[in-house]
Amino acid sequence: MAQQIRLEVVTPSGAAVNEDVDIVNAPGYGGDFGVLANHAPFLSTIKIGLLSYEQGNKRENLMISGGFCEVSNNTITFLVESAEFGKQIDVDRAMKAKERAEKRLAQTAQHDESINRTRAEAALQRALARIKASKIA
Amino acid sequence: MPSLKDVKTKISGVKKTSQITKAMNMVASARLRSAQEKMENFRPYTSKFNEAMSNLSGGSNTSSFPLMEVRDLKNLEIVVITSDRGLCGSFNSNIIKMTLKKVAECEAKGVGVSLVCVGKKGFQLLKKTGKVRKKYTDIMSSFQMFNAREIASDVSENFLSGKADRVEVIYGEFKSVAVQKPAVKPFLPVEPIQSDVTNKISGEYIYEPSTEEIMDVMQPLYLNVMIYHAMLEVGASEHAARMTAMDNATNACKDIVDHLTIVYNKARQAAITAELMDIVGGAEALK
Repeated sequence: MAQQIRLEVVTPSGAAVNEDVDIVNAPGYGGDFGVLANHAPFLSTIKIGLLSYEQGNKRENLMISGGFCEVSNNTITFLVESAEFGKQIDVDRAMKAKERAEKRLAQTAQHDESINRTRAEAALQRALARIKASKIA
Repeated sequence: MPSLKDVKTKISGVKKTSQITKAMNMVASARLRSAQEKMENFRPYTSKFNEAMSNLSGGSNTSSFPLMEVRDLKNLEIVVITSDRGLCGSFNSNIIKMTLKKVAECEAKGVGVSLVCVGKKGFQLLKKTGKVRKKYTDIMSSFQMFNAREIASDVSENFLSGKADRVEVIYGEFKSVAVQKPAVKPFLPVEPIQSDVTNKISGEYIYEPSTEEIMDVMQPLYLNVMIYHAMLEVGASEHAARMTAMDNATNACKDIVDHLTIVYNKARQAAITAELMDIVGGAEALK
């Protein structure tokens, strides 16, 4: 069997994943990156996006929101504010959230001061990541 | 001597009160369990977080970050975290007392104080001081990470703009189910965390982006984590304090009922005796 790396995804409401996996792909600060077993110590911030990992021929997708990740001692730890498995995501809700966020962004483009642009952008990113995660799953 | 009927009404009234306090005790203990679970779930997150933070701050020059800047203390901001609801013994008033003491101390030294109240009880009791800058009420029953983020970012903004030179948090620390104590924690400037295991491998870390940029992201997150943690503790403490208070109230009700029952029985006996005396007296008179 190929060498494996331990994946831990920790959120404020508890550990979401704690497994030995073959490869982890995550949205890092400077773009997506992949981590295999025995990676060198590494620390990066994480953007809202899609975290995927493979275990044999099983592949899982998670939507994660911002945080950071640390690799050390053949363990990769993600500390994120939330993590959801692709198969648990309510696609309709995510779609609605996407539409809502897009509408709000369009309003900010017309200089509507009542709307917080960064928040609307973050909401849109989350919705897009959810949709992506649920589609691949 | 109170009349029989009066005593009877009083007994049933006290009994009803004890039913309520008993129910509240049970609700509080159920909520305490879930609050403790929440705290338990959050623990791995904080411990990992602190580990990473200490790895980071071990390797970099920390004084260059605006959130870590130590300034002369001219204005102090206190974040007071209390519960939204009362009936939990002296839990909230202890926190308020501690806050007021702190405020008085600062004023004696000529340091300006502003307050940020999290939780309704704190605001209600502190608004008369006229120092409340901001309040967050009715969030303690079901708060989420984003509530903590809102508070943390507002407070750090105030710190960065120079309106406050130091920020402290006063909250109810959860020691155990029986003991909750108000506690003060320094919040801003961020103090570098000293790791017990000094720089085990931190030198070899690959950072993406640079340590400085990571710190820029991590520090606000760290503040969120601290506020969230304090809020979780207050949540658990509140329920624990309410449990104790309600348990005491139920016991007090029982004592009162016992006492009133004796009074009632005595009164009834006295009434019967008086009636008998009447009858006997009447019979005597007919002879």
